[in-house]
Amino acid sequence: MTAIAPSTSMGLDNRKLGMWTFLASEFLFFGAFMSAYLLYIDETNRGPGIEIFDIPFTSVSSFVLLMSSLTMVLAHNSHVRGDMRRMRLWILATAGQGMVFLGGQVYEFTVFSREGLDLTQSPFASSFFFLTGFHGAHVAIGVLLLLGLYSLSRTGKIKPGQDVKTEIIGLYWHFVDIIWVIIFTVVYLIPELRG
Amino acid sequence: MATTTAAGTDTARIRPSKSTGFLSWVATTDHKRIGILYFWTVLVFFFIGGVESSLIRAQLAQAELSVLTAEIYNQMFTMHGITMVFLVVMPFAAAFFNYLLPLMIGARDVAFPRLNAFSYWFYLFGGIFLYSSFFLGGAPNGSWVGYAPLSTNAVSNMAFYAVGLQILGVSSLASAVNFIVTIVNMRAPGMTFMRMPMFVWMTLTTSFLLLFAVPIIAVALFMLQFDAVFSAQFFQPATGGDPVLYQHLFWLFGHPEVYIMILPAMGIVSEVMPTFSRKPLFGYAAMAFAGAAIGFIGFGVWAHHMFTSAIGPVPRAAFSVATMFIAVPTGIKIFNWVFTMWGGRIRFTTAMLFSVGFVSMFTIGGLSGVMHAIVPHNAQQHDTYFVVAHFHYVLFGGALFGLISGVYYWFPKVTGRLMNEKLGKVHFWTWLFGFNLTFGPMHMSGLLGQPRRTAVLPDELGPTVELYNLLSSLGVIVLIVSASIFLFNLIRSIRRGEASGDDPWDARTIEWMTATPPKHHNFDVIPVVTSRDEFWHRKYAESEQGIPVAVPVGASVDHDADGDAGHIHMPDPSLWPAIHTLGVLPLGYGLVYANWLLIGIGAVWMVTGMFGWIIEPLAEGDDDEPALAGSAAH
Repeated sequence: MTAIAPSTSMGLDNRKLGMWTFLASEFLFFGAFMSAYLLYIDETNRGPGIEIFDIPFTSVSSFVLLMSSLTMVLAHNSHVRGDMRRMRLWILATAGQGMVFLGGQVYEFTVFSREGLDLTQSPFASSFFFLTGFHGAHVAIGVLLLLGLYSLSRTGKIKPGQDVKTEIIGLYWHFVDIIWVIIFTVVYLIPELRG
Repeated sequence: MATTTAAGTDTARIRPSKSTGFLSWVATTDHKRIGILYFWTVLVFFFIGGVESSLIRAQLAQAELSVLTAEIYNQMFTMHGITMVFLVVMPFAAAFFNYLLPLMIGARDVAFPRLNAFSYWFYLFGGIFLYSSFFLGGAPNGSWVGYAPLSTNAVSNMAFYAVGLQILGVSSLASAVNFIVTIVNMRAPGMTFMRMPMFVWMTLTTSFLLLFAVPIIAVALFMLQFDAVFSAQFFQPATGGDPVLYQHLFWLFGHPEVYIMILPAMGIVSEVMPTFSRKPLFGYAAMAFAGAAIGFIGFGVWAHHMFTSAIGPVPRAAFSVATMFIAVPTGIKIFNWVFTMWGGRIRFTTAMLFSVGFVSMFTIGGLSGVMHAIVPHNAQQHDTYFVVAHFHYVLFGGALFGLISGVYYWFPKVTGRLMNEKLGKVHFWTWLFGFNLTFGPMHMSGLLGQPRRTAVLPDELGPTVELYNLLSSLGVIVLIVSASIFLFNLIRSIRRGEASGDDPWDARTIEWMTATPPKHHNFDVIPVVTSRDEFWHRKYAESEQGIPVAVPVGASVDHDADGDAGHIHMPDPSLWPAIHTLGVLPLGYGLVYANWLLIGIGAVWMVTGMFGWIIEPLAEGDDDEPALAGSAAH
């Protein structure tokens, strides 16, 4: 069962409230990058533009990241029920899918670089790489947090009653996923529809 | 009582346990000590920023001087602005937030004590990092706003600006999260939002402003830094980049930033004035709402800093109107302070004088601000000394006066001594005179055409403008003398000031209930709050005519009736925040010089520090559960 902290003014755990508050600021962080990207979507400096995207490939890695949110929920649920072995299993699955996603990003960026789209090419390129690059950095940090959660659980430092710790990392992970859904839609899908 | 658990003794832990000595300050997680650390660091940076402004005024004391080269002059006004905004006014407010917030809401500490320490160390290292630029090729010289693409050019030294401000931004963001959670979740039983001290309301509003504004400047600074160091193409016109994008991103932060700087001082004045008028704050609900409205509307006026950029007539009209709107909630606050004093039994202590000074000087600054909001006026006034006059009236005459008022007011609670009132009054009057002598004439010289950020005062502007500049420069000398009086009073009072007792001002809010200085755990017994101005209502009942009648001392003193104050479980000191934050230095230098080895070292250092921090329990024997899940006494 989730331990409620009865002595807080709102009945919420401080750490959960803290994570929600932090995530609120992160929305503005990514929002600003997205605005810049939309401003610069046609400023390709006679280099590659949106036609360089490989939508099928990115769809697959997006699906993997979405599924990792499912395994994250399963991990938290296992923790709540006190099944630490299952929790660790699902944590590893989440982190693994995150790493697959990152691998896909690295591959994608390498291909783009070879095709003439790197950070220094144009405003479009810079804003694309910043938006997706910072998202990738957030995924990487999330993977680190998940692996930390895994190892601390293995050494017994994270116990059944402490599922708020898994929950707040889950919040972070879902946030990163939601940002990707928005990025995928705005960066990859809508321009494709626009033609 | 700390007890070890089975899992708790085998991991090597670096954990100082003494409560005195240098290491105890490095490892402190006590919000009161962190507030004191902020305060002294602010004084050092204030001195440095004052030196920079003195050099500027020496250069401008007369026309066509060459006291400073143009390059050095540019570095001086850039660093003066950065220092005063990011290293003085903001952390000065943080000093008050840190010290007072838990005491005012009846909590034993903030929600995340080690994160609190982290914010301080990041501030200190960020300031050191910025100033190290003087020795590493020159300080940033592209003004505190750092407009691209000039700032992306290597001659600007702006890589230090970009990275340094990022570090400071992270410090503020962490504080914002910390204070929001503390205020929302750790208030004493019975302290509803509408019973909180007004200073706490302003802290909450400021923290939300920081929460949403800092990420935006983080974006602008990343783009700036990568353009400057890694050849990104965000703001380079040759490849299709738009310099105005930088301005938008900067001012989306920059405008909320000025409210971040003024709201804490407004909160302080809202505490000082009721105490020394012996009346409750007039229009409490309106004050809270107006503060929130200022914050909210403040996110919608940023382009009034860009009227002379190519934004077009429709945005200019819209932002002009929105900017005038902000004058409404601001005016509500001004009137409410005046009405607080009206009919009260006023004592003009030094703290009260500075608060009254705040209201009057800030109003003057606000009037010139409304003039800026009018677009045709703005075209005349932009980039002239009229702007310099405006923001110094609101920031110096406003924010700084308010913060100094806070120093005189809470000094007795922090130290147990009183500051000398005679010296305080000399300080106030010389400060007020010197301030007006320095910045008053700038209104005129600005309207007569003196441009900002120009190293040499041109002869063509004529002898009147030259006279105004001379007056400004003389004003600085008065300010230096005044500041010295303040510093002398401060140090002497700490050492040999008259003992103050717990409640020297007969104040209204519960931080005055504690021992003096407050004990480590703040309250022996967490008070149950039943009204606004809780402390006042514990001291006084009201007679039929509405006159306060003192009740016998009892509920107005924090005393340990059951003798179990010794069992209060507080967070232990920790070296991890300091260790972790130190890694930002190699990371920062690596980002400035595009040195991947340094970046790698810094990143690994900080990640390792972060894991050390996570593994360590908040207090020994805690079994990784936070001891301060809430505000209840143990």
